[in-house]
Amino acid sequence: MSDRPIADDKGAAGGTLDELDEQQLLPQLVSHLRENRTKLRQEWEHRIHDAYLLQAMTPQEMADETTSVYDNYVEVLETGSVEALQRYARDLSERIIPRGVETHEVVGIVLLLRDVLARSLFEKYQRDFSLLNQVLDAYEPAANRIANTVAVSFVDERERVIRQQQDSIRELSTPVLPVRERLLILPIIGVLDTERARQLTEQLLLGIRTHRAKVVVIDITGAPDVDEAVANYLVRTVDASRLMGASVIITGLSPEIAQTLVTIGVDLSKMNTIGDLQGGLEEAERLLGYRVIRQEESAE
Amino acid sequence: MDSGPALVSILRQGPYLIASIHVALDDSQLIKFQQDLIHQIGQYRSRGVIIDVAALDVLDSFAARTLRNIAEMARLRGAITTIAGIQPDVAFAMVELGLDTGSVHTALDLEGALEYLAGINHNARTPRQRSGR
Repeated sequence: MSDRPIADDKGAAGGTLDELDEQQLLPQLVSHLRENRTKLRQEWEHRIHDAYLLQAMTPQEMADETTSVYDNYVEVLETGSVEALQRYARDLSERIIPRGVETHEVVGIVLLLRDVLARSLFEKYQRDFSLLNQVLDAYEPAANRIANTVAVSFVDERERVIRQQQDSIRELSTPVLPVRERLLILPIIGVLDTERARQLTEQLLLGIRTHRAKVVVIDITGAPDVDEAVANYLVRTVDASRLMGASVIITGLSPEIAQTLVTIGVDLSKMNTIGDLQGGLEEAERLLGYRVIRQEESAE
Repeated sequence: MDSGPALVSILRQGPYLIASIHVALDDSQLIKFQQDLIHQIGQYRSRGVIIDVAALDVLDSFAARTLRNIAEMARLRGAITTIAGIQPDVAFAMVELGLDTGSVHTALDLEGALEYLAGINHNARTPRQRSGR
């Protein structure tokens, strides 16, 4: 859009007469876009195809979506209200996010449409340069606002989805399982952050009270990484459990985690750690006074 | 502590003393409690002391230190102390504040504490035997 500076000059010089023109320009522009709807939409679709965007969609879906995006786009140009578009964009995002459509694709197609329409306007008004400038003056801000709205709606929707997933992970992530009378297992799967670690402590302490646990085995085989804050949280969890009369055994510290913990200097001297969950369970059973015997052996 | 309902009750149960703290005590009340308890250990020749804090929703640093002191004093007088019934929230808050009960044993509740003391006294005489084999 190399003509922007000229357009600005014109706009600054323009008086009431021009403003009146602008009032009429937009409807004219909109009706032009409506008349050429099929042609422009198809061109847009081609451009999307050429740019390898939205490849997750079938041609039929693509045609449907581009039609409705086009109509919405023109409508916003006409009314100047982005609310309907916002709703539509959110709705669209909801449908396409699970298909793996990325932010750059969504922004890309909107910018392509903006480009296609601008070119068509160029073509229509190319004979009258000052009129073209006025048309662009009317078109550009509206088009920018649309691109902005769509991008923001998409990102908002994505963040909402991410938050929702985080919530469900959080709910699933801290099972406190009784395996024997007074023995709990707390397997930790996935990344531990401070928020999750805090929640885990809470769940565990409540679990200790509910199940009257004496021994708890925390298995962190499934945790890929532990940082200093989380390690300190684990230490505190162990201390708090002890205050409630339960001893904690930590199992499944991976070599990487062990090295990290020692390197960053977390004090783990109070922690009872055992290599794997099996060993941890055996130790817990010993602490509780259980003896597990295979049937054939005891029959002999 | 002379008037109104008792803030602390110290009950005798066989060879043990069970001290239940009903409300959060201020510093002077804690000291009074400490004196009473240590006195009674000698009086009843108790072998174990259970301090039940289940009713408390807060344990501050002075309280935690007093409990540790009581345990040490009781040990010198021949009784083992265990603290019972620290609530999950209290446990978590204590750890956040960097408080602990030192080497004093803690139990989930009164039952757990009695079990612990029974185990220790049993051990003192005969090798430990587990029920429910």
